[in-house]
Amino acid sequence: MKIYEYMGKELFAKYGIPVPKGRVARTPEEAGQITAEIGDAVIKSQILSGKRGKAGGIKFTASPHEARKFAAELLGSEIRGFKVDAVLVEEKLKIDKEYYLAITIDRGAKCPVVLASVQGGMDIEEVPEEHIVKYHVDYSIGMMPFKTKYITSKLKLPAEEAAQVQEILVKLYKMFVELDAELVEINPLVVSAGKIIAADAKVIIDDDALFRQKDLPYVEEKTESEKKAHELGLAFVELEGNIGVMANGAGITMATLDTLQYFGGSAANFLDAGGGASEEATAKALELVLAKNPKAIIINIFGGITRCDDVANAFASVKKKRGIPVPVVIRLVGTNQEKGREILREVGIEAYDTMHEAAQKAVELAAANQ
Amino acid sequence: MSIFVDENTKVLIQGITGNQGAFHARQMVAYGTKVVAGVSPGKGGQKVDDIPVYNSVKEAMEHHQIDASILFVPAKFAKDGAFEAIHAGVKLLILIPEHIPLHDAMAIMNFARAKGTTVIGPNTFGVVSSGKCKIGIMPNQYFVPGPVGVVSRSGTLSYEIVGSLAAAGLGTSTVVGLGGDRVVGLNFIDVLARFEKDPGTEVIVLVGEIGGTAEEEAADYISKHISKPVLAYLAGKSAPPGKRMGHAGAIIERGMGTFEGKVKALNAVGVEVATLTFEVPELVSKVLLKKAM
Repeated sequence: MKIYEYMGKELFAKYGIPVPKGRVARTPEEAGQITAEIGDAVIKSQILSGKRGKAGGIKFTASPHEARKFAAELLGSEIRGFKVDAVLVEEKLKIDKEYYLAITIDRGAKCPVVLASVQGGMDIEEVPEEHIVKYHVDYSIGMMPFKTKYITSKLKLPAEEAAQVQEILVKLYKMFVELDAELVEINPLVVSAGKIIAADAKVIIDDDALFRQKDLPYVEEKTESEKKAHELGLAFVELEGNIGVMANGAGITMATLDTLQYFGGSAANFLDAGGGASEEATAKALELVLAKNPKAIIINIFGGITRCDDVANAFASVKKKRGIPVPVVIRLVGTNQEKGREILREVGIEAYDTMHEAAQKAVELAAANQ
Repeated sequence: MSIFVDENTKVLIQGITGNQGAFHARQMVAYGTKVVAGVSPGKGGQKVDDIPVYNSVKEAMEHHQIDASILFVPAKFAKDGAFEAIHAGVKLLILIPEHIPLHDAMAIMNFARAKGTTVIGPNTFGVVSSGKCKIGIMPNQYFVPGPVGVVSRSGTLSYEIVGSLAAAGLGTSTVVGLGGDRVVGLNFIDVLARFEKDPGTEVIVLVGEIGGTAEEEAADYISKHISKPVLAYLAGKSAPPGKRMGHAGAIIERGMGTFEGKVKALNAVGVEVATLTFEVPELVSKVLLKKAM
């Protein structure tokens, strides 16, 4: 889960990481009010995307009147495809230098990694590798002083800056662990009149840990269908094609899309019903696929932890209850396969043995149903 | 021959009295796996069929030799269960649950490394040495003995491929599921190294998918250390760009992780890549035929 910059900065402040003075505003009046309090201000649109400046989402002013005007323009507008519901109004910093600091998870090393650079302010992907300090953190030890000293030494920071960055590193790591973060990123980390301040905040929380992060604000970035699927514990992505897809497992779902494409078809959605989905969840998943009005549907199940009879029962019950107005192709093999096929036969469906036969048939049926 | 597990491996099931645990305990026994004990806190003294149930891993280990444990507990309790097994001295741990928090996974891997425990998963289907021992949730009938070693990031996709191999008369030596999560215990390289040394494995099939850099790293390793023929299947050719990590994640990958990038890396070291599952048996047959000549 991504959270907004202002939420990230509120968390930084809570953990003792210096941030610019200011706060979030949801009306032009609030924006004017905050500007009156802090003087020279920057007004930043709060969206879950970078590059806001280039898209016109960041304004500068010292006048409360102008701040109200800017906020009125920004609030409710759309920037980079996101609607702006709030602006962050904060003091405009005098920027002497811009650094980069982040902690994320290195999949290969299976541990946190610190990324730091004295070339901040730009896209970190554009910074040459030799200018980035990469430092793995042993999860059982955490961010000890000797590690922070190593990092600032590699960055060749002057002593007074080094001390501040070391302190920020300890706090940022504490936050990274306590909030179950996948990423905490400060870009830029600004040097302003000798003081080091987090001028931006990008924080991503692990979705699988949200159950124990109840104090965090919840930020929704999914479409309605994707939201529903998420509540059901399914992975759902809307696509452009016309064949509804339901499969179990991310890999086999991807393989199903690849095979449809090979035979000249295209998928209306990616729906991984997951391993071990219950009959009820499977029925709801099927409803999601139908909601997109596909020209045909392919259900591709290779049951391991998922049982074929559960899937077949779910399909049969949806078919009986609401009717399914489009042709359906089902490939059903694996655990309890014979039971499942028997149930399908009762509702007039003969299951396929292989994915490619089923995919080919689904493409044909979708084309015939134009 | 086989890797990780064989006909002598004695297995513990954590979470054996749950719905999934009990179902798959029976499936494993039916396959021929030596399931010697189960654990379910508060249910010690019960039995699942003939399998004795204990309250803790430690108690189970006081009564039985345990070579491997498989975990079926819900994701939120997985860290405790995994730590319990590692702490008790289990040397091979298979983590089935999906949605284990990333920080829990990092803590588990770190503790396992310190204690010398090999972790397979999380979010894996497990490991099976065909005809000898299955520790996992895969459907039994497709895992028949043969010369093909399979290592995969995806469960159902592996059944798909192992099933199509079996249908073509090609059996498997060992099939290993690395797990679909971002932080997992084993990577392709760990398993490739074992297959290279296993006399029962003649050809290796690597089943990968888009995202991460595991396939690229495997390609590099194959060119340096693997003399046996390797083939790959990759899923995700048609997939739209997924939700990516932020910049910090992207930099670790440095433009790697795309379908095209992976194919290129593998082809460059002589690994043929199938993009449709039914092409895999053809490629394997071709390699085995060439070896026989």
